[in-house]
Amino acid sequence: MSFKSRTGKIFSALTLTLSLLGAPIAQADTTLRIGNQGEPASLDPHFLSGDWENRIAGDLFMGLTTEDPEGNAIPGAAESWTVSDDGLVYTFKIRDHKWSDGQPVTAQDFEYAMRRILLPETAAEYASLLYIIKNGEELNTGKAKPEDLGVHALDDKTLEITLKGPAPFLISMLTHYTAFPVPKHIVEKYGKDWTKKEHIATNGPYKLVEWLPNTHVKVTKNELFWDAANVKIDNVIFYPQEDAAALIKRMRAGEIDCIYKFPSGQIDWLRQNMPEETKIAPYLGTYYYPINTKRAPFTDKRIRQALSMAIDREIIMDKVLKTGELPAYSMVPPGTSNYKEPSYVTWKSMPMADRITKAKELMKEAGYGDDKHLKVQLRYNTDDNHKRIAIAVAQMWKKIGVETELFNSEVKVHYAELKQGNFEVARAGWVADYNDPQNFLFLLESTSKSLNYGNYDNPDYDKLMEEAYLESDLKKRAQIMGKAEAIAMEDAPIIPIYYYVSKNLVSTKIKGWKDAINDTHRTRWLSIEN
Amino acid sequence: MLNYFIRRVLASIPTLLIVITIAFFMMRIAPGGPWDKERSLPPEIEANIMKAYDMDKPLVEQYFIYLGKILVGDFGPSYKFRDFSVTDLLMGGFPASLQIGGMAIFLAVIFGTLFGAMAALRKNSAADYSVMTMAMTGIAIPNFVMAPVLTLIFGVYLSWLPVAGWGDGSFQYKVLPVLALALPQIAYIARLTRGSMIEVLHSNYIRTARAKGLRERLVLLRHALKGAMLPVVSYLGPATAAVITGSVVIETIFDIPGIGRYFIQGALNRDYPLVMGTVIFYGVLIIVLNLIVDMLYGLLDPKVRLHD
Repeated sequence: MSFKSRTGKIFSALTLTLSLLGAPIAQADTTLRIGNQGEPASLDPHFLSGDWENRIAGDLFMGLTTEDPEGNAIPGAAESWTVSDDGLVYTFKIRDHKWSDGQPVTAQDFEYAMRRILLPETAAEYASLLYIIKNGEELNTGKAKPEDLGVHALDDKTLEITLKGPAPFLISMLTHYTAFPVPKHIVEKYGKDWTKKEHIATNGPYKLVEWLPNTHVKVTKNELFWDAANVKIDNVIFYPQEDAAALIKRMRAGEIDCIYKFPSGQIDWLRQNMPEETKIAPYLGTYYYPINTKRAPFTDKRIRQALSMAIDREIIMDKVLKTGELPAYSMVPPGTSNYKEPSYVTWKSMPMADRITKAKELMKEAGYGDDKHLKVQLRYNTDDNHKRIAIAVAQMWKKIGVETELFNSEVKVHYAELKQGNFEVARAGWVADYNDPQNFLFLLESTSKSLNYGNYDNPDYDKLMEEAYLESDLKKRAQIMGKAEAIAMEDAPIIPIYYYVSKNLVSTKIKGWKDAINDTHRTRWLSIEN
Repeated sequence: MLNYFIRRVLASIPTLLIVITIAFFMMRIAPGGPWDKERSLPPEIEANIMKAYDMDKPLVEQYFIYLGKILVGDFGPSYKFRDFSVTDLLMGGFPASLQIGGMAIFLAVIFGTLFGAMAALRKNSAADYSVMTMAMTGIAIPNFVMAPVLTLIFGVYLSWLPVAGWGDGSFQYKVLPVLALALPQIAYIARLTRGSMIEVLHSNYIRTARAKGLRERLVLLRHALKGAMLPVVSYLGPATAAVITGSVVIETIFDIPGIGRYFIQGALNRDYPLVMGTVIFYGVLIIVLNLIVDMLYGLLDPKVRLHD
């Protein structure tokens, strides 16, 4: 064998060895697999209404502002903005970036999107979130033309939004999917088919690859995303599995990396077997019982107060739920932005025994006692936890001489009855769309129609809320809303039970997951370490 | 035969119309509407949506609008899944349901008749008791218990098969759902076959066949089994329709992109067009399968003849 041929063979062998060694070095695509607990109704941001849809839409699209790893609003499609002195006019500078088909994202796309969602014929469920924009409600109810809307593209990169009142929550609200842009050039070309995978263009960190209803939605990294260099996960698959027990099994088998909303009933097992994966964090939501203030005898404030006082929230947290929820004594959860400490009920610190005594006195004053029991129907929608809480509450009310009839119905029937005022006391919950006390307190305004289930109507409360809408000084605004909340807590049109927590299971190989008060964890901030 | 076929098809039209009418009005009588949910919609938004879906019109007018649309094959948009029409959803989901259901029914027929015949031939033996015990267990254990147990054993503990999902539609993803769907059917068919086989084995024509000196294998296969299949065949019509239109439990647990879930999702969401679409689909399938069963009956039983 000649030297030449021998070196040739050695060289070939070395090349082969290096290439074999090199094979594992070349990074395989990373894929995040999410147990999403619901099939998206749509991928069109204007037709969404749930957090499981927000998770997908937020990976595909990016609003003027977006969420950081902790869920706080940061610049998104807009790189900066200015606010007029009266807090009514916001001028956004659109970041230089592109749709996934290569077309530039312009201010016109935002103008088009906001007009579109508010057009009555679009029939968007969540359009009312943008009523804060000048002529938003008027456009949605057919009383104004699209060009009257307070959203104008001043040029390709400048968008001006005019509000009907100062709204310091606007920046946080713009992270919501109702304010996402849609690609005007695609929507106009394909109409309702624009979200099909062969047409859709997105401006977020990911783009659509596949959507197989009831099986999965797969998205892949959008190389044209403005910050693509820092997006570490290549693909995300969202599984719409509703059966949480099946999801947990899939996670144990290594088929899924993260599950949103595990069932509370599993908490003991999870704490024992998957402690590192179990993530529980405060969540911007309140679980409460509205009381029908228009139905006798619940028109009597004393009865409403007594019913609220008699509920031992700590027992519900410790013995029924056991997942770290916090007992609620206000409508607004603590930690809400643009607010102070919530205005709690005045008896928050009173020992339970004293509360029962006081509640009995109130009932007596209202004409109820041992000889005359108050009968209450407590409605709840089908869910194991709602049932367990209702049973516990019924037992607690017994102590003040209240006989409770529990009434269960499926969710549609439950809310249809609430909307029509066909209830006495009922279960409800509210999770904020944006981080601001107004998003909780507006529920109790007399003008909130179908969302003010108990038909609470106090002109003083309404007046203070109106005042708060016109106040641009954040400190003063917080004080005014605090006064309003104090009035509502004294009137007790609702019984706050607990503040929600987010309950997720996250594989230890996922890095970058942080507690977020709105439970929003955008994939662009995460990475996977095997 | 052809006339009989045409007559049956024509006769099914009023049946279908009655089904559609009852389903349409019953859905609307049910309390709660498509947009009643945890977050109630402001009245003006609900009004916009009602208008967009013609739901602001009188109910009878809506009914005739719907009938007019289905006559031209338009089953309408889904209220819940707004990016899809009902036809998109049903046509997209049916292949998966058909595959899973078809395989399950195939397994059920093969193993059910085999076990049933075996038990009948060894009546009151240990084999008979074992098959019947297994059959009773198979019938008694519901799908929602069977499926998680299968996933726990074969998916979580042994890691032989995926716990759930459809993947690329490959075989391994179908094994557990097919098994979970087939096991109760195997059990039921085995019990049915055993019962009718025992009855047939005591009948005169079998005695005659044996008396004529026909070989036992031929007696069993050509005469006894053929006769014993009659109740199985009549059971197979509705059972096949039920299985291949998808099992909501199986599809939910295994995350299968079939149409089974649309029955329940549609009803729970008050997604009227989706419910109507699935009802019509199911109705047509039942009618077609019953027709096939009647034809098979004619072939299997000389006493039953399909007259023109």
